[in-house]
Amino acid sequence: MAVESTGEASSLSQSRRLFAVLSDHRVLVSLVALALLPWLLPSKALAVNVLIYGVVVMGYNLLFGYTGLLSFGHAAFFGTGAYLTGIAIGRWGLPWFAAVPLAIAAGTALAVLIGAISTRTRGIYFSMVTLALAQLVYYVALQASSFTGGENGLRGFTVDRIDLLGLQINFLDPVNKYYVLMAFAALALWVQSRILNSPFGAVIEAIRENEQRARACGYDVERCKLIVFMLSGAISAIGGCMSALHLSIVPLDSLHYQTSGMIVMMVLLGGARSFFGPFIGAATFLILEDVVSLWTPHWQIVVGAIFVVFVLFLPKGIWGTLLDVLPFARERR
Amino acid sequence: MSTALLQADGIGRRFGGFTALEGISVSFAAGELTSIIGPNGAGKSTFFNILSGTLSPSSGTLRFKGRELNGLPQHRFVHQGISRSYQITNIFPDLSVHENVRVAAQAMRVSYDIWRRRADLVELSQRADAALTAVGLIGKRGEQAKFLAHGQQRALEIAIALVSEPELLLLDEPTAGMGPEETKEMVALLERLAERRTVLLVEHKMKMVLGLSQRVLVLHHGRLLADGRPEDIRSNPDVRRVYLGQSEGYG
Repeated sequence: MAVESTGEASSLSQSRRLFAVLSDHRVLVSLVALALLPWLLPSKALAVNVLIYGVVVMGYNLLFGYTGLLSFGHAAFFGTGAYLTGIAIGRWGLPWFAAVPLAIAAGTALAVLIGAISTRTRGIYFSMVTLALAQLVYYVALQASSFTGGENGLRGFTVDRIDLLGLQINFLDPVNKYYVLMAFAALALWVQSRILNSPFGAVIEAIRENEQRARACGYDVERCKLIVFMLSGAISAIGGCMSALHLSIVPLDSLHYQTSGMIVMMVLLGGARSFFGPFIGAATFLILEDVVSLWTPHWQIVVGAIFVVFVLFLPKGIWGTLLDVLPFARERR
Repeated sequence: MSTALLQADGIGRRFGGFTALEGISVSFAAGELTSIIGPNGAGKSTFFNILSGTLSPSSGTLRFKGRELNGLPQHRFVHQGISRSYQITNIFPDLSVHENVRVAAQAMRVSYDIWRRRADLVELSQRADAALTAVGLIGKRGEQAKFLAHGQQRALEIAIALVSEPELLLLDEPTAGMGPEETKEMVALLERLAERRTVLLVEHKMKMVLGLSQRVLVLHHGRLLADGRPEDIRSNPDVRRVYLGQSEGYG
């Protein structure tokens, strides 16, 4: 536009300021949006799934979006978080608040192991190694059926009540369940935001932009990759814990590579490298799945086609594109 | 000559059966601007990569301020005080100009802190601005690096290398792909940089090198052909033979 009236300009600068304030408080803003989610979506079950996969994808985004490492094995950390939560509660009789930290620790430990092997490779080799190692975890879970329930999945660990500070919360009520699980999401969002704002958050972006230059600047790139792999696995494991508490079963499929692929699709739909994109991506994918599977059992064909369109025409995903298009949001994320 | 900052003894490098470098022994005094020249394939880049830790030598030893550098991983070189730029522009394209330099400054201090706010590291930001001022890019600090003009990207790369306050600055063809105007500006910048630190330059443009350097090394077929002041190099019969038939402007 050649001439812009001062009124328009000042309203633009106002919205720019407002947006800056909002992105400085992105954890809070995200939580408000998530708190409204169950009342915006057609079912509570869908909202819970968006919450859970949003957290998993957020953890994945730390590795893929911010560091530029394409892992095809993140189901391993999601699944490990879920299985360990179930095993700790059902087999070892631990309360949920002990099971969850244990499960996150297990997911983190597995991420250190897989990360230590995979981050020695680059590009497509990295993706293939993560895929192979995650499938290894899948087959271990399949074979160790006395421990994991094998093909039938892990059952028998229903959490129906959460006791918190003298408060007894009926966990079978879908609304209660959603808001209890949102506390886990809040933790994940806060940790993710701290990491992204930290000096280390700058290092991973530098590595994504130019690994060689980052090394020449004096960063130990391999060690940084291992650390971010570990953090990413840990956050995805939180999503696994949430899933186990929500479903009261852990399907074997949580560890399957299809789950890993779904995580990749969700982050690309929503927008890699954006803070809230993972939740948008999870919502988009799950809504598409819900809607399309109503009229055809081959919903994956339709979702796949939409995904291809996204990759070709909206490489920044829904949220990333929106932030690029809105005039007041440009240059901020 | 004063004490040697960097000392190379019998440096050699083989790639399979091919010998890229053989028996290079040379020392660099603090405060000098030295250029390395030679025809394509002479081993300039290999030598440069060895000096900056990108490659390790197959034979020979490298000492910086008396400390042996052999076996040191590349990312430790900058912590010793050796910083480099690349022949092909090597920046962080999607980051802002300021962040490009700030993240380089941060490498000298913190790598693994995942909890503090990086906005609180004010001093790093100031040092980045100082480096941007030194290369004349402070006016572009908020722009995305990939939108800079070619010459400005080269200057940005030098700011990235400079912000670690290196004692030895290695610059690989800083004027590559530049027009005459941009080259002029870059030469002025190099002269300013060389006033305060030791600079080692790989260049193709003979005329520029001879005008700028205090000392020139000529590599040919992986060996040191000549080593001396620009006027000696100009009249050296061996050098003239290697460059025979080539203009003085572009060697």
